[in-house]
Amino acid sequence: MMPTNGGAALRTERVTRQYQMGAALIRAVDEVSLEVGAAEFLALLGSSGSGKSTLLNLMAGLDRPTSGAILAHDRNLAEMNALELARYRNRTVGMVFQAFNLLPRMTLEENVELPLRLAEVERGERGGRVREALERVHLEKRLSHRPSELSGGEQQRAALARALVNRPTILLADEPTGNLDSTTGLEIMNLLQEINRSLGMTIVLVTHERPLAERFAHRIAELADGKLVSSGSKGVSGGQA
Amino acid sequence: MKSGDLTELAVRNLREAALRNSLTTLGIAVGVASLVAMLSLGVGLQQLANRRLARSGLFDTVFVTSRANFPGFGRRSSRSSLSSSSNTSSSASQPSNSSSDFENSTKDREPRRLDDAARRELEHLPHVVEVFPQIRFVTEVRYNGNPLTAMVAAIPDSARGSGSFDNIQGSFFSSPTADEAILQMEFAKDLSDQPSSLLGKDLVLRYAERRVIGMATGAQDAEGQGAGGAGKVSHSSSGGGPGKTLAAADPAPENQGISIVPRDKTLRIVGIVDTEPAAGFGGLGSGRVLIPLKLGEALRAAQGNDLRDILRGSGTRPGYANLTVRAESPSQVQALESAIKKMGFAAFSLLDASEGLRTVFKIFDLLLGIFGSLALAVAMLGIVNTLVMAILERRREIGILKALGAADRDVKQLFFLEAGVMGLLGGTLGVGLGWLIGRAVTAGTNLYLRRQELPPTDVFAVTWWLLLGAIIFSIAVSLGAGLYPASRAAKLNPVEALRYE
Repeated sequence: MMPTNGGAALRTERVTRQYQMGAALIRAVDEVSLEVGAAEFLALLGSSGSGKSTLLNLMAGLDRPTSGAILAHDRNLAEMNALELARYRNRTVGMVFQAFNLLPRMTLEENVELPLRLAEVERGERGGRVREALERVHLEKRLSHRPSELSGGEQQRAALARALVNRPTILLADEPTGNLDSTTGLEIMNLLQEINRSLGMTIVLVTHERPLAERFAHRIAELADGKLVSSGSKGVSGGQA
Repeated sequence: MKSGDLTELAVRNLREAALRNSLTTLGIAVGVASLVAMLSLGVGLQQLANRRLARSGLFDTVFVTSRANFPGFGRRSSRSSLSSSSNTSSSASQPSNSSSDFENSTKDREPRRLDDAARRELEHLPHVVEVFPQIRFVTEVRYNGNPLTAMVAAIPDSARGSGSFDNIQGSFFSSPTADEAILQMEFAKDLSDQPSSLLGKDLVLRYAERRVIGMATGAQDAEGQGAGGAGKVSHSSSGGGPGKTLAAADPAPENQGISIVPRDKTLRIVGIVDTEPAAGFGGLGSGRVLIPLKLGEALRAAQGNDLRDILRGSGTRPGYANLTVRAESPSQVQALESAIKKMGFAAFSLLDASEGLRTVFKIFDLLLGIFGSLALAVAMLGIVNTLVMAILERRREIGILKALGAADRDVKQLFFLEAGVMGLLGGTLGVGLGWLIGRAVTAGTNLYLRRQELPPTDVFAVTWWLLLGAIIFSIAVSLGAGLYPASRAAKLNPVEALRYE
């Protein structure tokens, strides 16, 4: 499925995030203005320390910008209070991390159910939603397994199911293939592409692997030293409408 | 997050670090157990003291006497009269307002006599259980022909349940009018080397019956104890037969008096009891031979106050030296005492001493509670430590929860609930442990008491409010201890927490 032109799912306007490190002031993100369209698959490309993960965290509402605005479906995250931001993270965005971040003492089913608990979804409804999400990532037979009993790829797929279970409109993936071998990484990228196409979900992928970005993303935004150096290059197999 | 989900997660988290959380919970349990044990001991001792005091009959009774018998009455009365007759300002001679009230209420009128009408009136006061006179007289007791002098005390039938007769050898009186006697142990030992062999045997009381001369028969029959005779005191012959009177009988008022008639009364010994020497005022301590009250009244034995009444000129009129009014509970004594004073009698009770004792016990309980709480305070530090450690260990988990949409409030509630669950479990366990300590100490105490040939007693009182209060207190303390860690967890920066390895 190709992205639609129905407006921006995410927009950053001169977003800056700076940190005080002793006497030095570090600008992790420096006046980045970027727009991600609805159902677009955007890759944030950059080397280590370029500020791409920081920008993703700002888009996820996990962090607040020092200055500038981040708008998700035209709602400014900077104007949201802590509770509204928590709801935004729970219902509007789904996140996938490099380290999977599954809770080790919970089964797969319980891990995937967690966002539903936080969203106060009725207990009777949860089982079906969890199974649906796990079927999408082909893990429906591993419900009762703990993360330690799964391979890295399976863990990342489980994390993806957890990110999808609340049916968010935006999926933010922070180096999802970083801890995986290339074959498994490709599987995950295929899965992301399939989700983007079938569900029309906006995806922002943070990666330092240009070939992956070029192969799967519709568009690549490149960051260096916190600044946006390019935002229009097209992916190889995608291509923006 | 819904409370059910929060609780489920909290319990799951506690199960994960089972050993550490169990040790923390055990710490709380020990603290609660110490608190429960200390307070149970305080409550138990207080209840024990209250039971003993209630049994002594000192705190639920009002002792009533005529104001004519009240020490100082005559002096104040005469001073008042003197003041009145000399037309001087009486206020100058009055030491205080209360004294003034007393004089105002008593001057210009005769003090009320404590007679049958007054007794009936007292019986009809609210919350009065019974009214009875104090009958005590020294007399000669013969057993197997050997004479001994002893104090005889008449006791009401209600004394049966007072606790003083719990360890009686034999039995209590079969009826309130039975010709039976209960002996005090020391006196029984004077009569026989084997006191228990006295049970079922007879003894003879040789006492002085008081008869009023110059009264109608009916009036004399109605006369209770304590009424003396004015005018002459007659002398009975020693060893004379019943009813043998040497006094002259003259119906004219100036010749009215009483005669003393020696009487014999055979009583069956039905019981032997260890009365407490300190039972004292209104109690049984001074009586070496106890007889039923109604029998005592029927004997009309001369008592020590008879001569005083004769000298006052009121000895021939039927009346009582004093009456004991027993209230339903010590809490009603004060009101009862006031009501009796308003009726024109002198009345007093030992309620103030009881109040003082309660205050002492409250302070005692407070101190025990403070010492018991020290262990709980240490347990509280344990909770803080456990939860702070949990935050460090679960830092990444908190970050994940926040990334998935947990609000600060959810994280705070989760940690708070974990502390609360530890408090509930620790409190419940502690209450059980405290109860066990109580039982163990009681068993040890009773073992010691039995060796000392003393009756067993329950020094611990574990009341439902104490158990419930201890559990609630444990939860409250645990929640208080969880306040800081929960707040710290809620404030964790999710980005930093996710970065934590």
